[in-house]
Formats: sequence, structure tokens, C-alpha cells
Amino acid sequence: MAGIVSYGAWIPRYRLGKETAGWGLPIERPVANFDEDSITMAVAAGMDCISGFERDAVDALLFATTTPPYTEKQGAATVAAAVDLRRNILTNDTTNSLRAGTLALRSALDAIAAGSAKQVMVTAADCRMAAPRSELDQAFGDGAAALLLGDNGVIAKVIDSYSVSEQITDFWRAEGDDFIRTWEDRFVFETGYLKVLPEAVTGLLRKLKLKPQDITKAAFYGPNPRRHGEMARMLGLKPEQVQDPLFGKMGNTGAAYALMLLVAALQEAKPGNKILLASYGDGADAYLLEVTGEIEKLSPRRGVKTHLESKRTLPDFGTCLRWRDARKRTEGPPPSVSARWREREEIDRLHGTKCKSCGLIQYPPQRVCSRCHTKDSWESVRLSDKKSKIFTFSLDYVAPSVDIPLAITIINFDGGGRGLFMMTDRELPEVRCEAPAEMSFRKLRSAGGVHNYFWKSIPPRA
Amino acid sequence: MQSIKDRVAIVGMGCSKFGERWDTASDDLLVESCYEAFEDAGIESKDIQAAWFGSTQQSTGQPLAQAIKTEYIPITRIENACATASDALMNACNAVAAGIYDLVLVAGVEKLKDSGVGFLTGGGAPPSSQVTPPVPPPAQFALAANRYFHRYGLSFQEGKRLLAMIDVKNHHNGSLNPKAHFQREITLEQAINAPMMAYPLGLFDCCGVSDGSAAAVVARADLAKSFRKDYILCKGFGLAVGGQQGQLRDYYDFTHFDETVNAARMAYEQAGIKNPREEVDLAEVHDCFSITELIIYEDMGWSATGKAKDDIESGFFTLEGGLPVNPDGGLKCFGHPIGASGLRMVYEVYKQLQGKAGPRQIKKADIGVTHNLGGRPGSFTCGISIWGRRD
Repeated sequence: MAGIVSYGAWIPRYRLGKETAGWGLPIERPVANFDEDSITMAVAAGMDCISGFERDAVDALLFATTTPPYTEKQGAATVAAAVDLRRNILTNDTTNSLRAGTLALRSALDAIAAGSAKQVMVTAADCRMAAPRSELDQAFGDGAAALLLGDNGVIAKVIDSYSVSEQITDFWRAEGDDFIRTWEDRFVFETGYLKVLPEAVTGLLRKLKLKPQDITKAAFYGPNPRRHGEMARMLGLKPEQVQDPLFGKMGNTGAAYALMLLVAALQEAKPGNKILLASYGDGADAYLLEVTGEIEKLSPRRGVKTHLESKRTLPDFGTCLRWRDARKRTEGPPPSVSARWREREEIDRLHGTKCKSCGLIQYPPQRVCSRCHTKDSWESVRLSDKKSKIFTFSLDYVAPSVDIPLAITIINFDGGGRGLFMMTDRELPEVRCEAPAEMSFRKLRSAGGVHNYFWKSIPPRA
Repeated sequence: MQSIKDRVAIVGMGCSKFGERWDTASDDLLVESCYEAFEDAGIESKDIQAAWFGSTQQSTGQPLAQAIKTEYIPITRIENACATASDALMNACNAVAAGIYDLVLVAGVEKLKDSGVGFLTGGGAPPSSQVTPPVPPPAQFALAANRYFHRYGLSFQEGKRLLAMIDVKNHHNGSLNPKAHFQREITLEQAINAPMMAYPLGLFDCCGVSDGSAAAVVARADLAKSFRKDYILCKGFGLAVGGQQGQLRDYYDFTHFDETVNAARMAYEQAGIKNPREEVDLAEVHDCFSITELIIYEDMGWSATGKAKDDIESGFFTLEGGLPVNPDGGLKCFGHPIGASGLRMVYEVYKQLQGKAGPRQIKKADIGVTHNLGGRPGSFTCGISIWGRRD
């Protein structure tokens, strides 16, 4: 039976919190950096998910979000390239619905059942905005989850699912809207969330002849803490059966939310546990999973837990506003699309070349080895998942950058190879010779309608 | 291969006033430097048989032809980043040494102040993927400074102080030079506490951006005495061009510049110099940043590796020291009109060897070295020339 083979997640490093001047609410809310978006976060979650697994065995990559960077240009193709999957795979975006994560999950399982794929990676990420300090803003967070689905080495079987479709305009954005629109509270929750999600859950339980007591942990979407609690009672769940919705720590991460709560649940689950997964948006999806003994063999990964713990509070809200501004800004002429395409292996996949004669790893790739001068005798090597150290650095106070000073690092990769990268998500004391680092896929800038992505170095999250 | 030693001579030189020459165009700067050189050599422009033109902004040799009104002679325009002028001079000397020409002109110029920015931005580039991080020169050289401090156990304060001593020395020398852009002294405190440009380099650790031009009249050595008695002889040239080895080789240490080491070896060998610290009397080097000058001391074989500190603190490189470096004030006080700097360096060596350096005159000035460096740590072009007095 098909199910989850591996999982991963990503939560941005920075938080709005009590000490954030100009915001100061008594909760923590993750905010994406100026160089993050749904694509970069999906890549990070995908890298976490594929860690310890064969990239070449993945037959499809699905990308789910309500905040895709492009209106017409597939996000999944970029995510697949950055995670360094094969070219001959299916890539597809699921967008527009808060349920996109669980909808992509359905597609993945159906593909495996139909035999058109043996392993599928589902990534879900969102970067939604609401008016600052509003109720919605307090409940939201930015984040991503990734699941690897297959029918071999399954750590949690997907027993069955049940879906309901509902045409309701309760939370939405039209083209050009920055902030979520909504209708009157009482209508929105009583005819939307509180009515429709239970329909999917009870439909599923009835189908499987199960009762609420049979559920070990329920990981389900909720728009805010109060309604999430109400839903738990409506579904007949006791507090210990409810997977912590992480409001005030991670928050509602949109299309990624339910999957991130599932990842959190899996990080504590034991063999035999029955996990209910439910998601809401234009209807609802409910899934029942059963954890297997394979979960104890799964190699360590960061998931939600590590990213929750690795955090810094922003000292002032103005920084967050500057980041949001920068994310939307477009400056200057576009990159040469042909040059960018020609260099896609070294840019998206961070491939260097390793000389077959003397072993020197060079980045960017070179036809001729700098050390032994052998020509055209090399193999590709992926540098994106390597740990590294800062060999040397500079802090540029004059650069017209969003993150002044601009941190430039010469990164020496463990195992060989070196590159020059900007460092992000960094506090100045972390930028020094011999400090540890790892790589993170980020959006450099948008110019001429082109979102230009590349890798930057970051202090390790773990 | 043959050595250039004693085969060519400089018989005349000119140097414009360097600075913010708002009312002076590139043409005017070239007239200023080239006509001073003609007068110094006792010649006219029609006597020049060929010319080499150093400019990173302008293309072809035509701007030089137009400025000084040569009539259809060969002019080659050379660009090799900050080593442009040294490269142009080397090519001119090679042509004369080969016997193709008897009397040639080398001129370099740059009008940097029309760009509207106060520092070098790194220039326009061809269409690209635009993913390469924007690392302007201060940030590039800061990479070397931070690794140098780390490798040799210098605290931030200790390192800043060393760099400041170099800035103070060069400003002192520049204050004695009427052609320099900046002619005032500064204190250690001013240098150490100046606004940060690219950590750890502050404002005073960085050379400025200026307009300027310099020129040299080069003749066959055996014809030189017909122009003047006190001509200087070329003793050796070195030009080393890197190919990004520093980035591609993960074992490059960022605390020395291979291009300087290689160019110096070529030049010293041609000149027959075996003990550079003892045999070199003065040097004009590429102090685009204070850390650059510090590393040059070691790469040129004047200070032992990692030991530049001792020589800086003892004043070895000051005007009164054993090997004065940048007696004219260096790039620090002249700014860096890219196409002209290498020739401006030779101008000071020329005047020092002739005993015409006034308040900056070094007592023993028989062998002078110029060092010119373009690019960034990991990939440079380095041009070095060595000059001596006639026997």
C-alpha cells in the first residue's frame, strides 16, 4: 500500500514577536526573509525531505501554493531543478486553494496507484499576507512542507481519503490583491470551515467504520486558535489527540499548513499510530494514515521541530516591511535569459565539476582542470547539500542591498570545492573565518519580470 | 626569450595634476601629460614613430591621435584593468627592444569623475545571468584582509592599526607632492575611526577616484644620450595574468597574490636582482587599498611571509626607511585613473632616479620598482617594471 516514505519542512529563521518594536504582539510569527518566496521555501523543504534518499528515484514533483511567484510559468520545474531531480519527470503546480497541499497529495497517490510513478515528491509552501497586526496577521505564518510518496519503505500508509468540494467565497484573493479578503466572521466560519471540514472527516470515518476514539493524532487545518479548538471538540477529539496547531509559534501556513502539522505528528509518531490529516479550502480533504515500523528506520531530518527551535526575533517591524517591499520590487533590466538557461546546471542545481585525473572540484564548472590541466575529463558534483565553512568574508556597507551590510563569503565545501556566495539569514557575529555554513536557494531579485534565483550561504539551521 | 635589461630607456616623462578635474576633458589631460613629456625629452609629436594608449573607458588608439595630433602612426590601445598602463609601457618597450621603432610614446588617461560616483563600482558588464554576487573592489580586498587577520592572529584593533599606519605614511608623502589629488596629512585615529566601507576597510583604507593622465617617451638605449644625460634604463618587466585560480582552487589562501609573485620573479630575473629587500631602493606599488600594499610587501619579497607587521612598525617603508614605498603618495593620494596609474608610478621613479623629487627625494635612488595590479583576490593582472640609472 502506498504512503509516505520521507518528509521534510522549512520555517524561515526570523520571527515577529513581543520584542519586535512596532509590532510587539505576545506571540511568535515566522516571516520569510526578503529573498524567500514559496518556491525557495518549497526547495528547502524538498532538500530536507530527500536527504538520505536517491534523487534519481523520484518520478514526479508537485508544487502546491496559493502564492506562486509567476502567473504563467511553472514553479514545480524550478523546484525540481533546485532539488536536483531528473529531467524526465512529471512536474505540476497545484494553486489557488488552501487545500492545494492535500490535493497534490491525492494526485501523487493516484499516480502511484495507476503505475505512472513509483515515487512522487509533494512540496507545499505559502507566503500569505494580511494587514499588519490584524487578527489574520496574528494567525498566519510562512513555511513549507515536503512529502515523498511511494509504495516501498513506507513509514505511514495512506489507508483512504474523502473529499468534499464547496463553492464558497470565505477567504480569497483576486489578481493584484496583496492581502486576504474575507466576509463576516459568523458566516465564514459557520457555513464554511466549521460545516465543511467535519463533513469530510465524518465521511471518511464512516467509510472506514472508525470512531473518533480510534484516532491517535489529528493534524488538521484551522484558520485561528479559537476555531481550531472548536473543530477539535466538534470532531469529538480529546486534547491529547490533537496535534498542536502551533499558533503563536508557526501559525497558519496556508497551503502548507496541514502537511506541516502532519510532519510534526510524524516526528513524534510510533508504529501503529493512526493519524488523521484534514485540510480545508474550497471544500475539504480528510486522510487516514497508519504509521508502520519503518518509521524507526528513517534517517534523521529537520522537519518542523528543528526549524521551530532555530529562530531569531526581528528587532523591529520596519525590517519586515522593508523585506515585503523588496520581495515585490522589480529593478533594472532582466538577466540574459539565454545566459541563465545555459548556466542552469551550475545555477539551479549548484553543480561543480570534479576532475577525474586529480580530483579537484571546481565551481563554476570548468572544461579544463585548474590544477592538472586535463581537458574534458570530469564528472558533475552537487554542492547544494554539502556542509561548508566560511574561508573568508567581507561585509559591504556601501552596496545597495536590502540586508546592509551585504555579507560576501568564500565558502569551502566539505569534500572539496569553493564558491563565492552572498550570505543571508545572518547575524554579524556568525560571519567570520572558519564559521560553519550551509547552502540555501533564494530569490536574488526580480528584474524585467524575471525572478532570478540562486544559492546563498546561511548559518546552519542545525 | 631574451631579457629587456638595458635595451630601452625613458628619455622624457609627463604627468598631469590628478584630482577632480571637472573642467578638463580626456583630450586636455593627454595634452597636459604628453606635451610635458615631449618638452622633457626635447622632441615634438611628429618625432614619435608609434604609440601605446592606455585607457579602460575609450576604445581604439584614436583618442590619443586626436588629442596630440599625430598623423597616421601606429597606435595600439591597451586595456588590462588597473595594470593597463604598465602593460602599455611593456609593449612599447618590447617593440623598441625588438628594433622595430627608435622613439615611441606611451600615454594613459582616465576621466573617472564624470561617472557621478565617488568609488569604483566595478564597471559595466556584458549580458549575463546576473547571479554572480555584486562585489565591488573594497569588498573584494576585504576578503584578503579578513583572512590575513585570521591567519596571523591579528585582532580587529591590531589589524586596523597596521593598515592605518600605511594610510598615514602615504598621506604624509602625498602632502609633499603638488601633482597629487589629496595633499594633506591624516592621523592614525582618523584612519582607524573612518566610516566602514567593507569590513574591515574604512574610508581611508581605500584609494579615491580621480582624473589624470601620464606619459613616457621611450627610446632605444643606445640613442638615449642624444636626448638627455639623465635618462633611465629599463632593467626588467614582468606581467602575470591570472585565470581565476583563486576561486577554482579551494586551497588558495587569500593572504598572498600569485600574480604579484610571478610578475616579480620575471622582472627580478631580467634585472638580475637576487635580494630584493636589499637591492631595491624605492618602489611605487598598487595601494588601491591599504591591505593590498601590506600584502605586496610580502609578495615582492621585501618582508617575510606573515611578517609585514614588523617592517610597518619599524618604519622600513617610510621615506626615511630602508625601502620607501609610494614616496609620491601612491594611489591613496593620486586616486586611480585606471589607464594612467601605472605610468604615474614610473613618473615618480623617473624623477627620483634623476634626483628631481624635491622634498620627497630619497638619498640612494639607483633602482626603482613599479607594481601595478588589476582585478581581485583570486584573479589579477600584475605588471611590474624595474628601472635603473644609466651607468
